[in-house]
Amino acid sequence: MGIKKENVTRRDFLVKSGTIAGGVFFASLLSPFKGVYATKEPEGDGVWYGIGIDIEKCIGCASCARACKNENDVPKEPFFFRNWVEQYTITNNEEIKVISPNGGIDGFTQTVPEKDIYKTFFVPKMCNHCEKSPCTQVCPVGASFESPEGLALVDQNYCIGCGYCVQACPYGCRYIHPDKGVVDKCTLCYHRLTKGLDPACMLACPTRARIYGNLRDKDSEISKFIRDNNCVVLKPQLNTGAKLYYNSLNQEVR
Amino acid sequence: MPIQVKRLLMVFGLFIAIMAVLIYFLTPESWGEFGHYRGLALKEIADKEVKHVDVNETCAMCHDSISATFASGEHKSINCQNCHNVGYKHVEDPTKENIVKPEVTRDFCLRCHAKNPARPENYIKQVDAIEHNKDKVCINCHNPHKPWE
Repeated sequence: MGIKKENVTRRDFLVKSGTIAGGVFFASLLSPFKGVYATKEPEGDGVWYGIGIDIEKCIGCASCARACKNENDVPKEPFFFRNWVEQYTITNNEEIKVISPNGGIDGFTQTVPEKDIYKTFFVPKMCNHCEKSPCTQVCPVGASFESPEGLALVDQNYCIGCGYCVQACPYGCRYIHPDKGVVDKCTLCYHRLTKGLDPACMLACPTRARIYGNLRDKDSEISKFIRDNNCVVLKPQLNTGAKLYYNSLNQEVR
Repeated sequence: MPIQVKRLLMVFGLFIAIMAVLIYFLTPESWGEFGHYRGLALKEIADKEVKHVDVNETCAMCHDSISATFASGEHKSINCQNCHNVGYKHVEDPTKENIVKPEVTRDFCLRCHAKNPARPENYIKQVDAIEHNKDKVCINCHNPHKPWE
């Protein structure tokens, strides 16, 4: 035995390479390049949830954060949040200060004197329930997933607590539950939605700054909200397909 | 076929067989029902206990006089459970122990009503905590269920 040496002529080599290159090119014509999606593009006619937050109506009381902690057994320590409120202050020197003492639950105290403030406002934050969520893409065991309703959920019995998704979320909306050792996040109160109740944060908001609804239904509250207001999502450049729409959000908000 | 290729193929075959057995036994039930995850997980999340009871009307079934006062005041858009904490136990078994009577200190009211330039004027009345009757507790003058009575 032994390896039989073959002398390849230049002509043979060129013909073979040309055939391969041409074959690849024609194969690519048969199935043209499509955008890469983490999940399937929304199709069908079921409920497809979206959330809207009106910055102009937010009074920064953090009732939403408090209600969420009570409803979902989120630890009371100030590092674990499913949703929270931030206060942005833009000073006259164009400095941007963001404070969120205990997620807003302890109340806000403005440290910048009023004469130096150019603009200030509250930004409630929560899971964006992205359509192409980075957090579900990185899960090594398939414990993070997107439900048919368009909600990014965690299967806590299957999660191994590696924390990869915590790092992947560009909005910082996940945390490792200290007692369970697995990832916990906003479910848009899935246990309430399935029983026909509003999520706890929407129930608690005294000014109705937060709304949610079916994005596929063109007459739903959320569709009207997006149509009538000038809505933006956070970090649109990341192409996460975020479904949390803010009305009158400043571009300084990150 | 050369012997080294034969051995390699056997090793490959063995690995594929082990993988097939592992996949058969370790794939959870209901995997892939809706996608690349356990379909049962949706049911497990949906089965969690609801803690905020439905609407303020539930409270009005027993506390009708307070509810009537409350509904006519400026605080009517606030859910009872914002201050009194979740009511799922109290609805099942109404005792004083399983509902929170908030300790109405100045800080409690100032969580919403402290003067802050970020708060929209037309949505919330604000007080300057330092100037406004500084040593008094808010509920001495204001009824929390109807603040301008």
